Amino acid sequence: MENKESIFSPKIIKTFLGPLNQNNPISVQVLGICSALAVTVQLKPALVMALSVTIVTGFSSLIISLLRNTIPSRIRIIVQLVVIATLVIIVDQLLKAYVYDVSKKLSVFVGLIITNCIIMGRLEAYALGNKPWPSFVDGIANGMGYGIILIMVGFIRELFGSGKILGMSVIPDSLYQIGYENNGLMILPPMALILIGVIIWIHRSWNKTLIEK
Amino acid sequence: MEHLINIFVKSIFIENMIFAYFLGMCSYLAVSKTVKTSNGLGIAVIFVLVITAPLNYLLNNYILKEGALAWLDPAYAEVDLSYLSFIVFIATIAAMVQLVEMFVEKFSPSLYNALGIFLPLIAVNCAILGTSLFMQERDYSSIFEVLAFATGSGIGWWLAIVSLAAIREKMRYSNVPAPLRGLGITFILTGLMAIAFMSFMGIHL
Repeated sequence: MENKESIFSPKIIKTFLGPLNQNNPISVQVLGICSALAVTVQLKPALVMALSVTIVTGFSSLIISLLRNTIPSRIRIIVQLVVIATLVIIVDQLLKAYVYDVSKKLSVFVGLIITNCIIMGRLEAYALGNKPWPSFVDGIANGMGYGIILIMVGFIRELFGSGKILGMSVIPDSLYQIGYENNGLMILPPMALILIGVIIWIHRSWNKTLIEK
Repeated sequence: MEHLINIFVKSIFIENMIFAYFLGMCSYLAVSKTVKTSNGLGIAVIFVLVITAPLNYLLNNYILKEGALAWLDPAYAEVDLSYLSFIVFIATIAAMVQLVEMFVEKFSPSLYNALGIFLPLIAVNCAILGTSLFMQERDYSSIFEVLAFATGSGIGWWLAIVSLAAIREKMRYSNVPAPLRGLGITFILTGLMAIAFMSFMGIHL
């Protein structure tokens, strides 16, 4: 009924754009940092992870929103966990079937999508109180907001850490001959944290409203 | 015995849950404002890890793994339920956290007052599920190894959150650039602490 007027209504577009910038799940809401930083050494696993999280967030929001009037509120957490875990199992099996090498590289981090706070956070804060379509958009947008940060970090770390993008060398040999070196520090885990710190810094210098007291 | 101590030390320092795998970052960043609350959360994490990891190990070895059901009937030796492990592990963790909460409330009110508010938070702490998943992936050979690994991981997490909280308490008096205040500086701090912890990587156990 409401579908006709609301598929691309201004409110939906706002729901979609918010998480990409003003309300980014990682740099503003501080959700979902857990499962992902370790996968940003190269761009490819980061892309796969971003895509998986987007799919799981979108569809779990959709399913929970469809069920929202039938779930008793006392057991909602366990229902949410079951829905999320089922979706993650599907994603995991798909990754194992089609991109086995990436799936090996992501190792336990695919499973850890279950405890990614973005998903639970969006279910609690949005999907439980909204209609299916806006919830789906909200889930997808939050997954993408998360993915953007992941891809940025993955891109910078692979480019400066090993001079490659998606496994292809992009820094010309002549540069190495005049003394350019890959920055080995970029490959190590601490740089992921520092890079995100810097991304937050830049983001908040642009958006003064986000500055914490 | 030496082998167990190696696993224990390795999981505290070299493969620290926070600094090497970034697990449990959400509560790590959100709760680390004061040393007192961080201490409570850290101890609750150790507590829950020590209970859930060995339990999930048993479930994995006797129900989920390929051929694990053979003890029931040789006919089941072919069955491989490992694709169900995510859902089984998270259900175990959620149920155990609930049980532990009720148990502690009943038998040790003082401990409950210290840990109470943190226990529900822990069901979705990635460090807990992460430990169970690492345990499965690394294929530890006995329950004692799992116990050493889980205790070590928990202590490593506790160490990380308490030290971050101590630094953040001190930092209140320093003049941080405005856009970096709060979350930004905490990330960079964690990064620097992780670099410090990397010095343990040279130790081969």
